[in-house]
Amino acid sequence: MPKPPEPSFSDLTVLMLAVRDKRDRAAFGQLFDYFAPRLKGVAMRSGLGSGAAEDVAQEVLLTVWRKAEQFDPHRAQVSAWIFQIARNRRIDLVRKENRPVPEEIKIADEVEDDAGQIVAMEQEAGQLKQALDRLKPAQRDLIQKAYLGDLTHKEISDQTGLALGTVKSRIRLGLERLRHDLKGLR
Amino acid sequence: MSQIHHHIPEPMLMAYAAGTLEHSFALLVAAHVSMCDDCRSALGAHEAVGGALLEQHPEQAVSARMKDALFAQLDDAPKQEPEVTYGRSGVFPGPVMQALKGQPPRWKSVGGGVRQTLLHADAAGSVRLLYIAPGRAVPDHGHNGIELTLVLQGAFRDETGRFGVGDLEVADDTVEHTPVAELGAPCICLAATDAPLRFNSLIPRLLQPLLRI
Repeated sequence: MPKPPEPSFSDLTVLMLAVRDKRDRAAFGQLFDYFAPRLKGVAMRSGLGSGAAEDVAQEVLLTVWRKAEQFDPHRAQVSAWIFQIARNRRIDLVRKENRPVPEEIKIADEVEDDAGQIVAMEQEAGQLKQALDRLKPAQRDLIQKAYLGDLTHKEISDQTGLALGTVKSRIRLGLERLRHDLKGLR
Repeated sequence: MSQIHHHIPEPMLMAYAAGTLEHSFALLVAAHVSMCDDCRSALGAHEAVGGALLEQHPEQAVSARMKDALFAQLDDAPKQEPEVTYGRSGVFPGPVMQALKGQPPRWKSVGGGVRQTLLHADAAGSVRLLYIAPGRAVPDHGHNGIELTLVLQGAFRDETGRFGVGDLEVADDTVEHTPVAELGAPCICLAATDAPLRFNSLIPRLLQPLLRI
């Protein structure tokens, strides 16, 4: 049987698979160069100073290295996986006990990556980014605060001076807009 | 799992994805997601949004030292022993077994055919397992905040409907409800509140500080 053509994964996925499967330090260095400044930026949103924000980013990336074998490109993009690690890390630091996480789905002795599924997921993530760019700035801003700013809807309301109902409905409309844009991809 | 009819409300799933949900509610969400493929996929979508926002986030230049310091640690053993993870055991999904630290629940009777095991309580709320004998009712109660109830075994009915395995009921402080277990298997639920429960009769109220419910 002819081999299917090599699929083209995104750079981030290729790097992360090299870290996962080969413990490739050069690849990890490239992931660092991409994510460390972004993770630092996100950490500074919640009021951390530069040094403390770097400590957080460093912790997150160290976890990425240590837990690399848990990365499953069929289920999450590299950025979505690192987003989860950063969020869990933040909560575990605040609380003494670990954050409750769902059971992992058992992957039945998966021998090889299903390239088609990974590529499909990457295309969807690309569409998601475009859809985020198409949001009205006010909607995008609130969605960014809700996901990255570590703020509840109530806190966003306090911070922006917008009524709580306005915050909730803008976020809801923004999510509906995203969902509408992503429809038809599946 | 298509028989699940009551799912996690969207804002709550989003708050879980963002990490802003109270611990006790987060346990309920994690337990429901372990049982519900629809909500697992919806959670994945929220996390994809989080990832996309991370990719698009403005960069803050990092110091040169940081990369060296990180690479110097790559060969170190983790400081803490890795956390033991527990999978599903019987009717209890993994996150519940995690909260039970792998032990079977130690039920305490609260009277009227109802038993409970407290899993966690702090100022922000509490979460517990409830065991309701067939046909029995949870003492009539209202709440100061929101109460979430996830059915793990059996089923219950209250003024708002029927809830079977995997269903999640969300009741706010406008709901005075009396959940009654269906006949058949005892009903086992995971219940979380973001405020102490108010019981409407004297004896449970006296027991409340004692049992920490």
